Amino acid sequence: MARRIGVFICHCGINIAGVIDVEKVAEEMRKYPGVAFATTYQYMCSDPGQNLIREKIEEENLDAVVVAACSPSMHEETFRSVCKDYFSIYRCEMANIREQSSWVHDPEEATEKAIKLLKATVEKVRENEDFNPIMVPVERKCLVIGGGIAGIQAALDIADAGYKVILVEKEPSIGGRMAQLSETFPTLDCSQCILTPKMVMVSRHPNIKLLSYSEVIEISGFVGNFNVKILKNPRYVDEDKCTVCGDCEKVCPVIVPNEFEMKRAPRKAIFIPFPQAVPSTYTLDREACLGLAPLTCAECRDACEADAINYDMQAKVIEEKVGAIIVATGYDLYDKNKLVEYGYGDDDDIITSLEFERMLSASGPTGGKIIKPSTGEEPKKVVFIQCAGSRDVQHMPYCSSICCMYTAKHALLYKHNVHDGEAYIFYIDIRATGKGYEEFIARVMEEERINYIRGKVAKIFREGDKIVVYGIDTLTGKRVEIKADLVVLAMAIVGKKGTKDIAKLLKVAVDDGIFLKEAHPKLKPVEALSRGIYFAGCAQSPKDIPAVVAQASASASKVLSIISKDKLEKDPLIAVVDEEHCSGCGVCISVCPYEAMQRQPNGKAKCIEALCEGCGTCAASCPSGNIEMRNYKDEQIEKMIEVII
Amino acid sequence: MSFEPKIVAFLCNWCAYAGADMAGTSRLKYPANVVPIRVMCSGRIDAEFIIDAFEKGADGVFIGGCHPGDCHYVSGNYRARRRVEMVKKLLSQMGVNEKRLRIEWVSATEGKKFATVIEEFVDEIKKLGPSPWRK
Amino acid sequence: MIKIAMYWGAGCGGCDVSLLGLHEKILDLLNEAEIVFWPCAMDFKYEDLEKMEDKSIDVAFYNGGIRTEENEEIAKLLRKKAKILVAYGSCATEGCVIGLANLYDKKDIFETVYLKNETTKNDEKIVPKEETDDLKLPEFLPYLKTLEQVVEVDASIPGCPPPMPVLEDALNALLQGKTKFGKEVALCDECPRKDTKPDKIEISRFYRWHEKEDNGDCFLAQNMICMGPATRAGCGGECISANIPCTGCMGPVPKVRNQGTSMLSAIASLIGEEIDEETEKEIINSIEDFAGTFYKFSTAKLLPEGRLKDES
Repeated sequence: MARRIGVFICHCGINIAGVIDVEKVAEEMRKYPGVAFATTYQYMCSDPGQNLIREKIEEENLDAVVVAACSPSMHEETFRSVCKDYFSIYRCEMANIREQSSWVHDPEEATEKAIKLLKATVEKVRENEDFNPIMVPVERKCLVIGGGIAGIQAALDIADAGYKVILVEKEPSIGGRMAQLSETFPTLDCSQCILTPKMVMVSRHPNIKLLSYSEVIEISGFVGNFNVKILKNPRYVDEDKCTVCGDCEKVCPVIVPNEFEMKRAPRKAIFIPFPQAVPSTYTLDREACLGLAPLTCAECRDACEADAINYDMQAKVIEEKVGAIIVATGYDLYDKNKLVEYGYGDDDDIITSLEFERMLSASGPTGGKIIKPSTGEEPKKVVFIQCAGSRDVQHMPYCSSICCMYTAKHALLYKHNVHDGEAYIFYIDIRATGKGYEEFIARVMEEERINYIRGKVAKIFREGDKIVVYGIDTLTGKRVEIKADLVVLAMAIVGKKGTKDIAKLLKVAVDDGIFLKEAHPKLKPVEALSRGIYFAGCAQSPKDIPAVVAQASASASKVLSIISKDKLEKDPLIAVVDEEHCSGCGVCISVCPYEAMQRQPNGKAKCIEALCEGCGTCAASCPSGNIEMRNYKDEQIEKMIEVII
Repeated sequence: MSFEPKIVAFLCNWCAYAGADMAGTSRLKYPANVVPIRVMCSGRIDAEFIIDAFEKGADGVFIGGCHPGDCHYVSGNYRARRRVEMVKKLLSQMGVNEKRLRIEWVSATEGKKFATVIEEFVDEIKKLGPSPWRK
Repeated sequence: MIKIAMYWGAGCGGCDVSLLGLHEKILDLLNEAEIVFWPCAMDFKYEDLEKMEDKSIDVAFYNGGIRTEENEEIAKLLRKKAKILVAYGSCATEGCVIGLANLYDKKDIFETVYLKNETTKNDEKIVPKEETDDLKLPEFLPYLKTLEQVVEVDASIPGCPPPMPVLEDALNALLQGKTKFGKEVALCDECPRKDTKPDKIEISRFYRWHEKEDNGDCFLAQNMICMGPATRAGCGGECISANIPCTGCMGPVPKVRNQGTSMLSAIASLIGEEIDEETEKEIINSIEDFAGTFYKFSTAKLLPEGRLKDES
């Protein structure tokens, strides 16, 4: 218990002293029990200010310090590091007399409130105890969920740094959305050409364990020590034996829509999503197959010379321990059926942006030829509609970030394909904020003579062999009517289906149920609120490839800062159960959001140090007063209440 | 002299306390009757603290937490809301106007909201007059 | 021989009976102790007590609350005459069920009891008077007080009435001059249903114990309010054994000042995490009587000067 407390009151120039009578506060505090010393200074956070604190701790033999200045979020760390040389950091507390007093109140009342705040802080620090950080051992491995460009980049960065990565991908191949794209803006690089080398690196990297066609089903534990269960679905083809000769596919009698081609092309029940798939192997789709048990077809097995097909393959649960987790589950397009005003679902010639991407791709269902799906003819007039579902309070209120750019690219590629074609783009604004993006848009507008119409489309409907697009040009105020052959909707981006389930397993928040919520929108954009969990890519928010890659590398570096250590430091201000007097009622166990409160064999509760985050919900719920929050004890809070009143 | 109520505010570290800081950074004036106690989470607020504050002479008790769904500790704010709701019932049975207890969600960015709700609350308590415990 | 006294204040009389509940053990008590004052069992006059020398009684037990001037007078007198003054039972300790009367005014109470109560037949509307022409009766005080709120108390024996194991333990200690006794854990520790507690208790609505068939598990897990977690152990879970949830007569554990708010905090926290605000309000509103549920035995401590009067 601190008995010689020093009070240091900052003027903060005139920010505090211009309003609060700091001398009066100091005078008042000198009289307060336990305060051995009180002074004021121009700028307490400056070097001379910090030295003043050091000097006085020594001269006055202080055993605790209260600094009355700005918010602890500004300088608590500063002042605690000053005090660290003399005593525990918990003997240093701040009274927030700037943000919560001088800046918001008139002089007289601000001074009174400052005195109260100081007294309350003195009472708190008086009862604070010394604690050392809790050291938690670290499993030096990382789990990456999702094998799109985000997951690939993060996995490679961590693996290259020399640490093990487990990369889990739900689909038969990694590659994600980027593998589906034709060319990338603004450079028009072939998407697969820049992606596939990275995919191959993943498959060959000695530090990466790739689990494709797998799902994370259970996560427990905490930073440094997560326990993960992964369900590896049976693909009925031995990845190591498959030579990708394609004989099985030829004989398979089942035809189903191909998801990779946005269901605009067929595939067999045994299939490889695309030729450069990693792992390079066929997969037998159990749902589509004529029957495995009892075996009713077996054509593929008979055709396989490599003897790679095994119908007895079972789902396997793999358990792994990791120190950190990156969630990179990617995105889906907003459900097109919800855009009734754009008539989707009813018409073959109204397609989504991703369907158009596949159409543009040389390896796509049309071999790169742009067609009007209903007839197979070349469309002479194409209307692109941006913000389909985005920036629309009835659908998704946010901007999907990449649609302006890829729509420009779509229009450009269309013009390159169909020289005499006409392209129209309906837009609200053009958002081209990346490097070289504005120039790209300008080029599309000017050189390619694309008709940009500023306005929203009100209605789309079929009239004979044309799709009629009704809209308004808000620049001229005139109504626009275009009879198009093909309409492409730049659909809103939403977090991948299943992200919510992963978020639930991880106990991380999801904004409006759509995107993963970061710890801080500015300063912690890749971290989850729970330590040790990081985000990369469109699972967190819509973004383009360079931003995804940057975020993936950022997450990787955050992960490395954890798994490169043997042990982690953890805040020791946690809950402690008085086990002798605990009755084992189980209330704390029921309310703890982290499962840190656990029942012991003797029926009593115990707080697992490494799991507790220190929220205090258990302490407030304990009906027999047996849980103490370190340095936020009931008695401390009650004493603070007393001096405030 | 007019009645100046004494009000204790429990503010969660991550949202409401940061919101109060934001009010400061934005130089938004509000009455000084409310003196805050910073806690890590609104879930830390035991019903006992509320009754204790009233018994010690508070005219009002304010609790500020993160918006529903945004709690830094997942669900502490829900626990706080439920406790407040129940304490209100108890207060009115005891003969105390339940308006003397208020819980509000203030995010770290809502400095304006913080200043506004504090102002409203102080006005409300001024109308109610001194707490019956003080008589 | 140790000199003991027992007095019955405002209460039901169960406490006096509980002393007899010692059965043959009362003979052991009488071997060690001499009863110098026990109006309920033997004929004593107040003047006998007044004439005793100060501090001549070793242990005086006071049961019942303080509701009349007479109660108050005897409490003060016993304090003067006794070395150790013990609050015996829940009424003396924390006001008990009769303390719930502090939610009402004296006038309300008289009206309800003598005039409005459905089972009261009082056509002449006779209401007790404190004064007649030739007689003055002790005043019915404006609110009920616990013994501690009137005089200094050395020890308390909780319970309504104190259960046998608690009483035996307390008497053993007191006869040796010790004023600290009793368990410091909550009832769950010795609850006969302890092993049926699930990992997580989640409340989705409250049931009163007649509203649901009891499956023999922890009452809280069955969404019935059981005060066990906030109540001092010692009774061995007598009510639970009779398939009734604990209502808290043993008062709080020593660490807790306010049994009611402690349990209220716990119960509020157990409402299922996923429940939305509206349902949550419905669930909470289904508790009809908050004081009666959480402060059944300690309203007098919560409202030591009766119901509060907010101006508005």
